[in-house]
Amino acid sequence: MTASATPESIDSPEQLPQWQLFWHRLKRRRIAMVGGVVLVILYAGALLAGFIAPYHFDRVDNQNFFHPPVWPHFSGVHLVVTRYESMPGSFVYQAVPNDTAPVHWFVRGDKYDLFCLIPASIHLFGTGDSKYPIYLLGTDQFGRDVFSRLLYGSQVSLSIGLVGILISFVLGLLIGGISGYFGGWADTLIMRWCELIMSIPTLYLIIALRAVFRPNISSVQIYGMIIIIYSFIRWAGTARIIRGMTLSLRERQYVLAAKSMGQSNLKIILRHILPGTFSYVIIAATLSVPYYILGEVTISYLGVGIQEPSASWGLMLSAAQNTEYMRSFPWLLAPGVAIFITVLAFNFLGDGLRDAADTKS
Amino acid sequence: MSLLEIKDLKLDFGRGAEAARAVDGVSITIEAGETVCLVGESGCGKSVTAQSIARLVPVPPANYVGGEIWLNGRDVLKMPIGELREIRGGVVSYVFQEPGAALNPVFRVGNQIKESLKLHKPEKANDAEVIRLLKLVGIPAPESRIRNYPFEMSGGMQQRVMIAMALASEPKLLVADEPTTALDVTIQAQILDLLRDLKNRLGMAILLITHNLGIVGDMADRVAVMYAGQIVELAAAGDLLRRPLHPYTKALMNSVPKLSGNMDRLVTIPGNVPRIGNFPPGCRFAPRCPVARPSCSDAVPELVEVEPKRWVRCPYWNDPIK
Repeated sequence: MTASATPESIDSPEQLPQWQLFWHRLKRRRIAMVGGVVLVILYAGALLAGFIAPYHFDRVDNQNFFHPPVWPHFSGVHLVVTRYESMPGSFVYQAVPNDTAPVHWFVRGDKYDLFCLIPASIHLFGTGDSKYPIYLLGTDQFGRDVFSRLLYGSQVSLSIGLVGILISFVLGLLIGGISGYFGGWADTLIMRWCELIMSIPTLYLIIALRAVFRPNISSVQIYGMIIIIYSFIRWAGTARIIRGMTLSLRERQYVLAAKSMGQSNLKIILRHILPGTFSYVIIAATLSVPYYILGEVTISYLGVGIQEPSASWGLMLSAAQNTEYMRSFPWLLAPGVAIFITVLAFNFLGDGLRDAADTKS
Repeated sequence: MSLLEIKDLKLDFGRGAEAARAVDGVSITIEAGETVCLVGESGCGKSVTAQSIARLVPVPPANYVGGEIWLNGRDVLKMPIGELREIRGGVVSYVFQEPGAALNPVFRVGNQIKESLKLHKPEKANDAEVIRLLKLVGIPAPESRIRNYPFEMSGGMQQRVMIAMALASEPKLLVADEPTTALDVTIQAQILDLLRDLKNRLGMAILLITHNLGIVGDMADRVAVMYAGQIVELAAAGDLLRRPLHPYTKALMNSVPKLSGNMDRLVTIPGNVPRIGNFPPGCRFAPRCPVARPSCSDAVPELVEVEPKRWVRCPYWNDPIK
């Protein structure tokens, strides 16, 4: 009976708020949770890159080009690193037996800005002695620590996806919503425009633009350019899907009800139509982050993206273009592994989100 | 002056050769504080007429071909959009058929009522006012209910929320478009009681759309019966129920199941409502009419005032049924 329904009956356990049910279902998907945890770790690493990395990203070690990875090991109770010596005139390194230095925690080292704001020089770990370097993933052709550059590079590679989806989804939601809600000639115009945009080959556009601009533009400018170009092309696909969903959502009676109360068209789109697409948008956004990451990788790999000495995963991979290098110094492929893990984690999480949002599963 | 005066409203769906007349010359007035019922089968143009009062029918595909809708002294059909938004909710509010579909599933009901308040009574857009409105429509424990999502409520409850939302702006006219069709019978009675009670307390006019003649006697002061986009009979509720004049009204009344009758089968009206754009010539009810004669298909009969305050669109209204 309606009139006699008591408030107690509402709080029964099966009527948890929707997001709690969602979280519950997501938690049961082990693989999605693994993806989520990996991403949390990766993003934490990017945020604290300066602190975790033992060296600054452009610190050059003239003595140790292509130094192999050095891992600390236990000697008694102390964690120590062994010193390596290079054969004269070659990049072959040999560990010097019994010549070790202890690894210290919170050691003073290269200066950096924590969160790009706070000047600091304390690093999580290190030897504090440049004779005993700690190169977890070796060094590259300029003698720079690959592990440190990987962390700094993740700031570019991981943030580019988030900023990219932010721009492209805001645009896609708004334009798609307007197109679907109003219909008619506005819809036709916007959709043809979308198709036009989607037919632009992103890669060639960026390369062509690089040819137009002066060659020495900074990495920050290139970073902005990559995001803007990728997201200004990518929004069109989102807009088309949102438009399709809007076409069905606008026929809902609550849209008519909102209109009958005198609500404005823009408010109806923002408050009553677009929230109905969010379950799709969250998942699609998660699944499209790798698109931006890989986009940056491609651009930087081709040498038209992020410039030396800045670090990005694509740029670091370009150092491993040479097959000779790849065979002799396989640690240069570490950024490839990082890209692989990140993209996989995003896809796992996105799949899990989709399954958790699907109440029928 | 009447609160609402619809004069010879004509509305097409589509344009040019494809135009199909959905509402054909409907005229109706509603005085302040009056309850008028609009009765008819599905597809006869009731809802389109009612939604036209706030110009809610999307144009295109709809197309207002003629007529005027005077609401509160202004012609709705000639209004700029800004003014239109003020009368929507401000002067006329709507309650729809399916309360579950008319509430947005992703917002708490309290916020949805508040949205309506923000539009027309921004100074009152607070929890206290929402709770007062929920109390007004008879929702128990409104303090906890405002945090509910629509799916946490029963259909009757949801319809009460819809009514609360419609009342938030204190409209002069409440259009209830089959407000009880989607509810079960006991809840129907409760909702109708509520509407009647609110009308007496708040003094607003109600335009009640229904295909159920059973609720007309309880609610209405006057009744308009629609068929195929036209009003075929317009009369005081008591007169119409006691002595229907148009053959269609008679047929509708006959098809209301009676508890006392000892019939084997329910009485139905043979055939279907003609489709919009495909109306028969002459009297549109003629093909289904038990008393039709050949001349009925010659010309569309006029709506004639046969008795004081009583209009019928049938020249043979006074003839006895065969």
